[in-house]
Amino acid sequence: MPNTEAARPLPQGASNAPLLEIKNLKMHFPVKGGVLMRAKKVCKAVDDVSLSIQPGETLGLVGESGCGKSTLGNCVVRLNHPTAGSVNFNGIELTRLSRKALKPYRKDIQMIFQDPAESLNARHSVREILEEPFILHHIGEADFRRKKVHELLEKVGLPSSAADRFPFEFSGGQRQRIGIARAIALNPKLIICDEPVSALDVSVQSQVLNLLLDLQKSMDLSYLFIAHDLAVVKHISDRIAIMYLGKIVESGPADSIYRHPYHAYTKALISAIPIPDPRKKSERIILKGDVPSPIDPPVGCAFARRSWMPCTEAEARQPGVFKEVRPGHWVELHPATVENYKDFL
Amino acid sequence: MTSRDDSDILLVRDLVTAFDTDEGQLTAVDGVSFRVKRGKTLGIVGESGCGKSVTALSIMRLLPYPMGKILNGEVLFEGRDLVAAPADALYRIRGAGIGMIFQEPMTALNPVHRIGEQLSEVYQLHHKSISRKEAWDRSVDMLSKVGIPSPEIRVGEYPHQLSGGMRQRVVIAMALALEPKLVIADEPTTALDVTIQAQILELMQSLQRRMRMSIIMITHNLGVIAETCDEVVVMYAGRIVEMGSVYQIFENPQHLYTCGLLNSIPRLENPRKSRMQTIRGFVPGLRELPVGARFAPRSPHPEARSYVDSDRYRTVRPDLVEIEDGHWVEDEPCVRVF
Repeated sequence: MPNTEAARPLPQGASNAPLLEIKNLKMHFPVKGGVLMRAKKVCKAVDDVSLSIQPGETLGLVGESGCGKSTLGNCVVRLNHPTAGSVNFNGIELTRLSRKALKPYRKDIQMIFQDPAESLNARHSVREILEEPFILHHIGEADFRRKKVHELLEKVGLPSSAADRFPFEFSGGQRQRIGIARAIALNPKLIICDEPVSALDVSVQSQVLNLLLDLQKSMDLSYLFIAHDLAVVKHISDRIAIMYLGKIVESGPADSIYRHPYHAYTKALISAIPIPDPRKKSERIILKGDVPSPIDPPVGCAFARRSWMPCTEAEARQPGVFKEVRPGHWVELHPATVENYKDFL
Repeated sequence: MTSRDDSDILLVRDLVTAFDTDEGQLTAVDGVSFRVKRGKTLGIVGESGCGKSVTALSIMRLLPYPMGKILNGEVLFEGRDLVAAPADALYRIRGAGIGMIFQEPMTALNPVHRIGEQLSEVYQLHHKSISRKEAWDRSVDMLSKVGIPSPEIRVGEYPHQLSGGMRQRVVIAMALALEPKLVIADEPTTALDVTIQAQILELMQSLQRRMRMSIIMITHNLGVIAETCDEVVVMYAGRIVEMGSVYQIFENPQHLYTCGLLNSIPRLENPRKSRMQTIRGFVPGLRELPVGARFAPRSPHPEARSYVDSDRYRTVRPDLVEIEDGHWVEDEPCVRVF
């Protein structure tokens, strides 16, 4: 699928270059098997994805488990080394840098994880956790770090007394605040948020979302916000990309995606969200079967076999065409994904 | 509120459940009463630690032994008190009378036994005369009822060979195998993706219609509650703070905690990047619970502060009061809509 989203002309007035530009990114994992544990198959976790994020923008990346959204985030921070494609951050090509050459850029791209209980070292006090980024990057003396820890705690709404306590002494929401404080410690430009609120209770979730919005404003942050909950993503994002089986199937401005979804999968995702209103029984689109495995994914259009729109076997074996259907709104056009798809070709 | 009625399949009265811990006895469920009507779905909603799962385990008498104890109350299933029932009577009721669906299908299934063996076991335990062949055939039948494609092949597979959605279907098949009159589903879709969640909710609703069962749906997801439930119980810190029909709870919430929950859900139609309403503070620990209205320290009510400082907060437990037909709310002005 020629995925040309990143190559799109920038909207009028947005003359500045993107902060992050991902082009034709592939992350293929060998799957070992057999007696000799040789690589037998390939798991195409991320398969030819192009995306961009402007400074100060939030890009929401939505998809179900196993679609490759976390792997994509990991590729940006080089927790995974991509198989092919480019990750350009602020004009620097990150995929070609050695680990050592990459280190200064790690300050600028930080990460917030889903489970703060697992991503914070249980044996370190909050002070040690928050001082670590400064120590690793040789920034400031002990006094400076001490001051910084208190500043960070205040920024994320925790009392200074939290510094000398340990992660297990905090609730889930407070722990996520500690994770956020660590992520913003070095004044990053981009934060990869991988399901940052999905483990939290609703009332805590809204507090953390507000905190992320406040920090974005005050620190001019960009977010790559990875989540499976479309309602949460739509709330916090400027643009949204929908990922299915390693590929982006639809992307565009958040309101446009929500109001005018084109792709059958996006429509199914939106209809599947249970509506908290007993009089609005949502007309759920029930998809057939499960997401296919990214190991030996189906040839052609990955979604064709789950779609309710009919297409012939020959058509299903043909990949869709990624095209702009409204300003900035791109969709995979295929008989099984978009109604009257020929109108857009 | 608590008189028995033939239209009730389950009546829970003044249930108190506590756990023995290193820090002494902690009360997880503190005087909970509600009823489940035949053929209807009751939702229990609340955040982590509010006691909703412990309530379910207490009904099934599946509390961790010896730490968990029911200290008080009755659980009347078709008029029979399960709290006082002997162990062998409970074996017959679990599965055949009340089925249970757990959140994590991987931990609810045994990884070293085939799907068919686990399902057959349900039939064999309850019908001593049934042959292995017959139990196996019934298992295939049940799998096809819950919408598992090619059930005759799946029945011979192990849990790890199935996807999360398929595993949850197997767990549902096991819970419904003996056509129980009541099913307790504890966060049945929380571990699943939204499109799979939609499939499972659809499945449960169609099976409920076909088998005329009652369901207790325990979840933190208010969307799931609105779509599946007839009646709703809202729990906070071990107590019921409000209950009523799904319309009363969603359209005329009277407890400030219920309002707070409803306001903090991100909704697709909300303006983007707007500040979300939140509930200030956080859920109190089980060690520091007052006798009075437990939500008061977080309440936005102007008199909440003085109430928290009062003797009443330390000594008087608020009752539930019926404010309209079937709509009950904690009788303390400081935690009610003002």
